[in-house]
Amino acid sequence: MTTETMKIFQWQDYQEAVRSFVLPLVAFVLFLGLWSFSAARLETSLGQVPGPVAVWGQATNLVAEHREERQKEVAFIERQVVRNQEKLAEDPNAKVRIRPYTGKPTFLDQIVTSLLTVFSGFLLATVIAVPLGVLTGLSTNVYRAINPIVQIFKPVSPLAWLPLVTIVVSAVYVTDDPLFSKSYLTSAITVTLCCLWPTLINTAVGVSSMDRDLVNVGKVLRLGWFTTVWKIALPSAIPMIFTGLRLSLSIGWMVLIAAEMLAQNPGLGKFVWDEFQNGSSNSLGRIMVAVFTIGFIGFLLDRGMLMLQRRVSWDKDAILR
Amino acid sequence: MTIEHLNIDHVSMVFETPAGPFTALENVNLKIDEGEYVSLIGHSGCGKSTVLNVVAGLLKATTGGVVLDGTEVDEPGPERAVVFQHHSLMPWLTAYENVELAVRQVFKGKKSKAEMREWIEYNLKLVHMEHAMDKLPGEISGGMKQRVGIARALSMQPRVLLMDEPFGALDALTRAHMQESLMEIQTELGNTVIMITHDVDEAVLLSDRIVMMTNGPAATIGEILDIKLERPRNRVELADSPEYNHYRAAVLKFLYERHQNPESDRGEDKPAQEEPCSEDMSLRVVSNSAAA
Repeated sequence: MTTETMKIFQWQDYQEAVRSFVLPLVAFVLFLGLWSFSAARLETSLGQVPGPVAVWGQATNLVAEHREERQKEVAFIERQVVRNQEKLAEDPNAKVRIRPYTGKPTFLDQIVTSLLTVFSGFLLATVIAVPLGVLTGLSTNVYRAINPIVQIFKPVSPLAWLPLVTIVVSAVYVTDDPLFSKSYLTSAITVTLCCLWPTLINTAVGVSSMDRDLVNVGKVLRLGWFTTVWKIALPSAIPMIFTGLRLSLSIGWMVLIAAEMLAQNPGLGKFVWDEFQNGSSNSLGRIMVAVFTIGFIGFLLDRGMLMLQRRVSWDKDAILR
Repeated sequence: MTIEHLNIDHVSMVFETPAGPFTALENVNLKIDEGEYVSLIGHSGCGKSTVLNVVAGLLKATTGGVVLDGTEVDEPGPERAVVFQHHSLMPWLTAYENVELAVRQVFKGKKSKAEMREWIEYNLKLVHMEHAMDKLPGEISGGMKQRVGIARALSMQPRVLLMDEPFGALDALTRAHMQESLMEIQTELGNTVIMITHDVDEAVLLSDRIVMMTNGPAATIGEILDIKLERPRNRVELADSPEYNHYRAAVLKFLYERHQNPESDRGEDKPAQEEPCSEDMSLRVVSNSAAA
């Protein structure tokens, strides 16, 4: 390659880099401007709609509140430890225990709760949907059998599932020493019910569209049923399975927020609802922080799945967006 | 009386199609000796692949059958290894792992781990692929993929090697290289081979016998040509040999004078006679494996 063409290549790379950085930046600044402009002109019952600066202020507030709450907790525990030591000094046989801190969950706590819940629901759905999808993809008869059920349940809104799930969980999950809270189970199962379908359908399509020649190779080698599934069907379907998983996870995340709002189960949805009910002058800003957080986490979840797909999938040429 | 090595005995094949039964093959009769290299040649849609699939056990003949060393063929098996036209390597396994999948399955309990490794490497060396053992199929060229496909088939130590247009998807130069390699391997191993081809030169260069098939529907064997060229054969020397050209002309005459290409008569309306059959088969594959 001559130096001349080298120069051109570098110049093109440079231009490309500028475009991919500057264009999103311009769009973002325009968005902030539009937001700021229209927010200043919108008067509501809770005061003026906050602009970008006010929302940023609320975000830092929420983090500060979290820190404060944690400090309170540490202090609370310390007080107990000191008291217990005093007790033990007086009477070595005294029974002492430490009560857990029962402060109100902060914004960051709610994020953690929501993430845990969505992952539990999503994992449960994956464990059910992938094997079922493989069976459906392999056998026309299984496909015929379960297709109507899938088609009917697929469009059901999570909000329709929620009351049913709540009541069933309350009735079935009765223990004195619950490992999980009922609200967690309700949210997670609702997520599962909505996460099942995209994974199931995509896995089935992936398996059923595997290369016939590969199946014939398996037949010539007299591979057993299980080996055929494990060595041929599953790897063939990996790209489609991941497409399904990504769809499921993003649906699950949306569903979870709605479910938490409606059922008052802990999580980001409850945070939004509480702020709405609270109706202070800060509420709108805090809700907006939550909206951005939900969006950003959703984006990160999708990127995470994409990275996992890149790592696992043999099909490096597939266009991954 | 000795038993024939491979006997394709009065095989007929009728496919049920929405338009009624379609007779693809009628009364195909062929006996093949051990170590013989036989090519099937004919226009597309004449049922060559169907013959091969019946021998492989991937299709079941409607009437007649295939007997290998005294045993009737009724299911696919590694003693009748197939090299498919489109390599059919698992895209998620490296060249080594693709061969390993076959070797593990065939020599389970018969070879130790170390022996298997040696055997896999031996077969990959045979096709000159030892330098790319750890590459994925997506990372190597079409010719190299086909080499690995051949290595996989050879590694099964088949009694018959079945090749369905093994070089059909390759460019002319690569194809010539592959033919050289195949002749080299054939000298070393002396396998019984049935190869489908469209290429007259390839058929004459590689085969001991060329089986020419008539056009479908109801295709059958039209003529069999014994190729009595001495081995090892050299393509450049043979190009001027009157004997070679005589064989070549004989095949060309059969294909283009006596059994003209059906597609040229019917214009662009390409009769996909082989397609519906393979489609049918794949459907059965799916339901079978699920039922098992």
